[in-house]
Amino acid sequence: MAKNQVPAIDGWFVMDATAPRLLGSRCAACGTVFFPKESYFCRNPGCSSSEFEQVPLSSRGTLWSFTNNCYPPPKPYMAADPFVPYIVAAVELAAEKMVVLGQVEAGVTIDQLSAGMEMELCLDTLFTDADNEYVVWKWRPVA
Amino acid sequence: MHPWGKWGKYFVEYGVAAARAALADAGLEWKDVQFVSGGDTIRNGYPGYVAGATFCQAMGWSGARVASSYGACASGSQAIANARAQILAGICDVALVVGADAAPKGFFAPQGGDRPDDPDWLRFRLLGATNPIYFGLYARRRMEMYGATPRDFAKVKVKNSRHGLTNANARYRKEVSEAEVLESAVVSDPLHLLEICATSDGGAALVLTSMEFARKRATNPVKIAAVSTVTPTFPNTVIEMPNFATDSAAAVSPPKVPFRDSITAAAYEEAGLGPEDMSMAEVYDLSTALELDWYENIGLCKPGEAEKLLNDGVTTLGGRVPVNPSGGLSCFGEAVPAQAIAQVCELTWQLRGQAKGRQVEKARAGVTANQGLFGHGSAVVVTI
Repeated sequence: MAKNQVPAIDGWFVMDATAPRLLGSRCAACGTVFFPKESYFCRNPGCSSSEFEQVPLSSRGTLWSFTNNCYPPPKPYMAADPFVPYIVAAVELAAEKMVVLGQVEAGVTIDQLSAGMEMELCLDTLFTDADNEYVVWKWRPVA
Repeated sequence: MHPWGKWGKYFVEYGVAAARAALADAGLEWKDVQFVSGGDTIRNGYPGYVAGATFCQAMGWSGARVASSYGACASGSQAIANARAQILAGICDVALVVGADAAPKGFFAPQGGDRPDDPDWLRFRLLGATNPIYFGLYARRRMEMYGATPRDFAKVKVKNSRHGLTNANARYRKEVSEAEVLESAVVSDPLHLLEICATSDGGAALVLTSMEFARKRATNPVKIAAVSTVTPTFPNTVIEMPNFATDSAAAVSPPKVPFRDSITAAAYEEAGLGPEDMSMAEVYDLSTALELDWYENIGLCKPGEAEKLLNDGVTTLGGRVPVNPSGGLSCFGEAVPAQAIAQVCELTWQLRGQAKGRQVEKARAGVTANQGLFGHGSAVVVTI
């Protein structure tokens, strides 16, 4: 029986598996983009704006670096039991000139990755409980 | 210092032991201390958040002025900066800086409870991004950009294990081989277990005085020439703990000097010295590969040249600029608020010629460098 899919966190990404996007905010005055979103005060020290608009970030980027975790991390991470090592990727977005972290989609192995590869955003399960499947953004190599 | 290890005691005991040792070394009494600057620990309950006063109470209330500092791994340097500022401002002549920790086992976890507004909580929740994940990212980046190899990284551990062999304060005093390092379990590829520092109990303390006070009592007082506690300049373009992303450099250009380089740059500028003037350095080898990043960040070589410096023996005892002559975190593990203070203790002993078994010859000046998460730079320049 399919579980109810919910985002692991609200408002950080578009919950659409066919067209996922990370959601950042862009300062209305200086145009600086932030992820995660800023909502109170622009963190550009030369700007004093408090106005932002929500913007989707580029859904593709180049792999800046990657590593894995071979040991179950502490709470609040909900590690699978038995634990399966996962990969974390740092992906550079060209237009935004920023690097964004995300786990790599399950099934990809470290030896398949190398810096400079094109990666795309996807949605995947973070963890499952009795009621729901919690979904989070991840990265995967562009086929 | 109180030796690093896993002693099962309350953190205050380590700090008091270190404080008493520092006062004895200085030939001073507790009652001579006018200002106490504590480095906080956030894993030992309320007394850890007010470490300065906790140590005052443990040493015996004396009416001394107090401050407590927290900057994650940079807490010790903040505590030093605070005490130094009081002295330079003429508010006091004698200050005691103390930091101590009783560390948990395994991964450092975020503070307990549900805290979805806390980036440090969320990076565990949404990514499973432990501290070694960040270290692994930096290590892999060195491999991809500069052709660094797992053997290069392992050699850092081998070097440091030799440096710390006779250091009585070190927790791990055993020479390890490249093979042993590379055969230990992978934690975060490419980093193996022996390449990621442990978490330890430990305590370190310094007695700082004005130059006038010191010159009346010592022939050659070691000097703190500079302290850097800088934060990044926007945009910070290197992914840092505990963040999900870097700042964007699209609308605002990155600073000329990136954050990590700026940490010691600020200290060198204040001291009127450069990396070429350093006889040695104590840097935060949270992982082996991170020590190599530090060689570049503190200006010992250009980006991409750190592996050559290591392989040429430049940063080994006997080389031109030994790095981590104490044995580094490789031999100590990390006791968060005590570590930056311990780095200065090491430079002090080196500059006095008291580092038996690991002495840097003709030491004249040294620099410490580390970084605390949430944007804390930390560097101290110490000179004869």
